[in-house]
Amino acid sequence: MARDARNLAKIAGVFEHPGRHLPDLSLPQIHAQVGVGALADAGLTLSDVDAYFCAGDAPGFGGISMADYLGLRVNYTDTTETGGSSYLAHVGHAAAAIAAGKCQVALITLGGKPRTGGGAPGGSAGGASAPEGPFESQWGSNVPNMYALAAARHMHEFGTTSSQLAMIKVAASKHASHNPNAFLRDVVTVEQVLDSPMVADPLHRLDCCVITDGGGAVVVVSPEVARDLARPDRCASVLGHGEAIKHSANGRVDLTHTAAVWSGPRAFAEAGVTPADIEYVSIYDSFTITVLQTLEDLGFCEKGRGGSFVESGALEAGGRLPFNTDGGGLCNNHPSNRGGMTKIIEAVRQLRGEANAAVQVPGCELALAHGTGGNLGTRTGSATLILGRTS
Amino acid sequence: MSSSLPVRNVDVNSETRPFWEATAVGQLVLPRCVECGATLWYPKSFCPLCASSSVEWVPASGRGTIYSFSITRKGAGVWAEHGPYVVAYVELDEGPRVLTNIVGCDVDDVHIGMAVSVVFHPTADGPAIYRFRPTPDGAE
Repeated sequence: MARDARNLAKIAGVFEHPGRHLPDLSLPQIHAQVGVGALADAGLTLSDVDAYFCAGDAPGFGGISMADYLGLRVNYTDTTETGGSSYLAHVGHAAAAIAAGKCQVALITLGGKPRTGGGAPGGSAGGASAPEGPFESQWGSNVPNMYALAAARHMHEFGTTSSQLAMIKVAASKHASHNPNAFLRDVVTVEQVLDSPMVADPLHRLDCCVITDGGGAVVVVSPEVARDLARPDRCASVLGHGEAIKHSANGRVDLTHTAAVWSGPRAFAEAGVTPADIEYVSIYDSFTITVLQTLEDLGFCEKGRGGSFVESGALEAGGRLPFNTDGGGLCNNHPSNRGGMTKIIEAVRQLRGEANAAVQVPGCELALAHGTGGNLGTRTGSATLILGRTS
Repeated sequence: MSSSLPVRNVDVNSETRPFWEATAVGQLVLPRCVECGATLWYPKSFCPLCASSSVEWVPASGRGTIYSFSITRKGAGVWAEHGPYVVAYVELDEGPRVLTNIVGCDVDDVHIGMAVSVVFHPTADGPAIYRFRPTPDGAE
């Protein structure tokens, strides 16, 4: 039985920066533009904010620097850093803080410039200061080849094929073709994915997400604040939230699953729903293999059956489980090399009925957004949100 | 080709010094928890299974099999000049799955389950980094 949403925190505002190439904006400017945009979307202003959340992409001293830049007066802050999944964790933390009476209007921002002056994407995994660094950064390891290790093992154990992985990119590209802001808008075929250059066997170039400037923001409010908004019907209730960290398990890492095997059940249990109830999913898509493993781990199909599930066309608009209808990180946007924020934003659009018309799930009432941060080849943070339409 | 993969100095600290000192003399050692007997990886002086900080450094067989691998056709930075190379997890006979490179064979001959043995490539500072090559047929 689904959780009673009346007294739960709501996502009242969302904003995705329309830019994908922003050489003339500074990092704080991007955070500010998306933050103000999300507040305006909710019908709120910076002076309403009493809690601020950001992750490792924020400049300087993180939350302290950005609160100063934005002129915020906050009594609650959270700078949880779990890579690209951070922002989904922030929503869960904001909802908990609101339930505990700690704050009423929480602003969460993300911004980044990996195309035009941010940190280089795809660098070596593990830094010198990380305890694992000397044992993992010697090998020419980079983001694609580390995810490729997970893909290769999944193929070995379950017979997953490159064509099946390609179907994930095909679905994303069809969705992106309806998104005027998408970085890649051309529909691609399985053959085009397989013919694209091999980056790290078995992952092709088109198995990889895009690298874009940009950002996004979300505003989470208390049910009391939501009721007083001009458009409370545009709010999405935070029904369930789960988090987990998967690590190398004392050198016994299992590359065939993600931390979603733990964060997913926690979110479903809190929301009181099952995978069969979900009408739309935003699934973190740093690479096609990330989507495939996450779908299995969240229980949308059996472990090892992700290949045949995506091959059926399930992920396309109109299919059994439409995913990433904005085009996702594979085609639309992956600002700051962190795709979690845009996963939340598209789920909220779906629940509001504000997705692009061709990909809108009719009457969407229940959506799931999932983030994976870190590296599937070693250790990851994971956060799952289940969101409901406010009737 | 792959025998000349980049080697750079490693950060050695008090916790990991026994591991790196062993590599300098061509030996792969693994930390074993004195309290619970668990073999640990990555090398450290803390047992994540029982919270003991008492470890002993035990010589390993240097043998294992490939758990997963990927061929990078064109690397970045210093690796750009050394393409194609193989990043792999080798499951040591002692249990741990160790991130490494596979050398000493054509990259296209590498496969999951392949038997491999450790080789050492010295750094300028003295410690050696550990890579793996196919175990010759009949080797003991």
